[in-house]
Amino acid sequence: MSIHVRDVSKAFGSFRALDRVSLDVPDGALLALLGPSGSGKTTLLRVIAGLEHPDAGTITEDGADVTERHARSRGVGFVFQHYALFRHMTVFENVAFGLRIRHVPRPEVTRRVEELLRLVRLEGLGGRRPAQLSGGQRQRVALARALAIRPRILLLDEPFGALDAKVRVELRQWLRRLHDEIGMTSVFVTHDQEEAFELADEVVVMNHGRIEQRGTPAEVFDRPATPFVMDFLGTVNLFHGRVENGRAFWHGIPIPVDGSDGTDARPRPARVYLRPHELDISRTASPSGAESSLAAEVVRVAPAGSVTRVACRPCGADADVQVDLPAERARDLGLRPGEMVRVTPRTARVFPVDHDYVI
Amino acid sequence: MIALAHDTHRPPADAPGARPLPPRRRRRAVLPGFGLSAAITSLVVTTLVILPLAVLVLRAASLGPAGFAAAAWTPRARAAYAVSLSAAGIAAAVSSLLGLVVAWVLARIDAPGGRILDALVDVPLALPTAVAGLVYSALYVKTGWLGQWLVPLGIHGAYSFLGIVLVLVFVSLPFAVRVVQPVIESLDRETEEAARILGAGRSQTFFRVVLPALLPAVVTGFALSLARALGEYGSVVFISGNMPFRTEIAPVLIVARLEEFAYAEATAIAVVLLGLSVSLLVTVNALQQRLAANSQ
Amino acid sequence: MNRPVHAAARTPTPIAVTLVVAAWAIVGLFVVVPLASVFREAFSGGVGAWWAALAHDPDTRHAIWLSLTVAPLAVVFNTLFGVAAAWLVARFRFPGRSLLITLFDLPFSVSPVVAGLALVLIFGRQGLLGPTLAALGWKVIFSWPGLVLATTFVTLPLVVRELLPVMESIGPEEEMAAVSLGANGWQVFTRVTLPTIRWALLHGVVLANARAVGEFGAVYVVSGHIAGATDTMPLRVEKLFQEYRQPASMAVASVLAGLALVTLVAKFVIERRLGAESRERQAIRAPDDPVVEAARP
Repeated sequence: MSIHVRDVSKAFGSFRALDRVSLDVPDGALLALLGPSGSGKTTLLRVIAGLEHPDAGTITEDGADVTERHARSRGVGFVFQHYALFRHMTVFENVAFGLRIRHVPRPEVTRRVEELLRLVRLEGLGGRRPAQLSGGQRQRVALARALAIRPRILLLDEPFGALDAKVRVELRQWLRRLHDEIGMTSVFVTHDQEEAFELADEVVVMNHGRIEQRGTPAEVFDRPATPFVMDFLGTVNLFHGRVENGRAFWHGIPIPVDGSDGTDARPRPARVYLRPHELDISRTASPSGAESSLAAEVVRVAPAGSVTRVACRPCGADADVQVDLPAERARDLGLRPGEMVRVTPRTARVFPVDHDYVI
Repeated sequence: MIALAHDTHRPPADAPGARPLPPRRRRRAVLPGFGLSAAITSLVVTTLVILPLAVLVLRAASLGPAGFAAAAWTPRARAAYAVSLSAAGIAAAVSSLLGLVVAWVLARIDAPGGRILDALVDVPLALPTAVAGLVYSALYVKTGWLGQWLVPLGIHGAYSFLGIVLVLVFVSLPFAVRVVQPVIESLDRETEEAARILGAGRSQTFFRVVLPALLPAVVTGFALSLARALGEYGSVVFISGNMPFRTEIAPVLIVARLEEFAYAEATAIAVVLLGLSVSLLVTVNALQQRLAANSQ
Repeated sequence: MNRPVHAAARTPTPIAVTLVVAAWAIVGLFVVVPLASVFREAFSGGVGAWWAALAHDPDTRHAIWLSLTVAPLAVVFNTLFGVAAAWLVARFRFPGRSLLITLFDLPFSVSPVVAGLALVLIFGRQGLLGPTLAALGWKVIFSWPGLVLATTFVTLPLVVRELLPVMESIGPEEEMAAVSLGANGWQVFTRVTLPTIRWALLHGVVLANARAVGEFGAVYVVSGHIAGATDTMPLRVEKLFQEYRQPASMAVASVLAGLALVTLVAKFVIERRLGAESRERQAIRAPDDPVVEAARP
């Protein structure tokens, strides 16, 4: 089922949670709403579920306007952030709840609940109470309960937020497989970009009640539409510089600007972003000449799994530059704090100075 | 997420709020039952709380300022206020002090029979006050269990001002304990240990670190005890002897006037008592908000 | 109650010993001795005399019957009101909400005598509705409806006060989940809300009942004190006391004290359940426990 959100606004007192948001979710998509806390992502999800009523705007599902339809009759599956399991009921009764409300015959309820418990790999735990389960198990009970009413839309609010790191990774791979199996339209909220990128077909980045960018994980990461998206998606080196002929100048050395055709010859001030993995370190000036690399002193070397994070201080600069090297390359170089190296930027992203934002 | 070279220039956070809000639709609640619960609640609160107290105040107001003063400020009434306030004040103070000791033991010390002690503190909440009044008077008369020792020493616990204070302590003790106890339980022991490490002695730690932290709760307990003690009737009527000018409290005087069908005077005294209660309630609410704010 | 785990391993300090002795002395003098004394006095003439004082006095029998009617009625009203009021205040935000919460507390701070007088001024013969009620032939003051009204007023805050903190700490998410699964208002209430608040509700009901049975001041004012007609048990205690029939008075008092003890036991049991549920609530919100997670199939 497709969802269309049109010009939806929602305020809580003077706080504007959603500001004329429009969003289309195609049938069968798995979409992530990504943003910092207070960005409006959870409110948007709750508005789609009918748990919040928008102050303005409309929600349509497959062309039918459901804005005024009560949450009770939306038939949407919703997984709450803290799961909101009925604590006084067993796992079985939790999953059966929606079916009992719909007066589904008893044998059918038993059959469906057992099937769902198998699906979420909780067979045999139907007699337990929520308090007797681990966090990951509770999460899957919540999911089974939402799926029991055969919703055509599944909404998940920070589905992995309350879990520890290892379980989180396992569960999200499992959820991706489950989505591919069932194929219903799904939207989930997260503040974790890794989670959004790994799980979703498309990512919607939100900030201050508005959508900053929407696209596939690759699009959003490689071509951030706004400085906010750039900044929000991982560590960046930011400096104020000058752009001329499709090249940004950093401490006097030119860096090719990503996505620029080089036609804009007019020099202008700009905010220049360098991703740590788009910088390289070498001991000698690269063959293309000294003019494209910068002398810097190694300040800190911190191995972090597949990459090694190196902090360098360019000569004469007052701030460090963060460089992420592949672990293998870092091992070959054998960098030590205090030694002098050459830092070569491969590409940069540039936003005009007036294109400002707030987090 | 973290910009290494931090950008210093950020527009003010409320910048997007500068545009006008779109027109608001009528809010619809997702959870059911607002209308029904609001109807029941307002019906009960209006008919049972607001209406009776409003009628009381209006009746008193209809006496006019001079009439009200004449009814509410007779020498006997003034004496009754004095007895009520002083007995309740002393009882609340005693309760607060004794309550602090009991609360401390319940919260901090694994005393023998601690659970029983904990349960016994609630007896005054469950025991009818008339029973308390009856048995206290029986205990402290000359022939009573305790009176046989105390009366020869000149301590008259029945039919006296002391008797009023005794039953009021009984009635208000649970309030004094139950307000302070959770606060002691939530006290951060590390703060005390830090004080000890910094060289404070046991008593210095208590008076400079622990007591200031407990003070809002103790004061709240005092105010609650005072409110309870001021309005108490059932137990006092048995033990005080109800002698006008000496051991007659304000609620007893109201009943006395009522039985003489002196409605105007009864109403006027009741309004004075009501005013005291309401101002105490407001004080307690303010204190409890402070308490909640402090504990965060 | 949190008890320090390590306390037993330590030798008690002199200060701790002093404090414990003081606490027991306070509770002993003010609570235990009077409570024991009720039963001692009531049974001083033997069980036979005690039973005769209760069962062979028609006015006392009537008082017991009246108390057992009036108190439950007041508790029923209080329960209905308490659930509605707690739902309203815990689940919705509206203007005047905090004023309303203050009004809930008002009956606690108003002297019961003042409350009784206010009811007389409305429903009494000279009262606001007096002529209307007289014309209808209804009697409120000096009759059992007045007793029920006065008792309800005095016990009004008890059920709401118990439910409110529990409902606020549980939060509306479970009810929201039920709504999103298609439940209507009645289904949300009976299947989700009521089972989660049942112990808190029972706690409030037990406290309200104890207070209702024992209420004296407000009931004294509205009852007119008519033996065999409007005397409840506490009023009967006072009447017998005024008539210098101390043993009979103590016998009735001992029944009330017995009820109080039953209340305390019930309260103790319910509070253990409440404590367990509140711990469960905290555990369910706490971060995942990897040990439990590892046991997953």
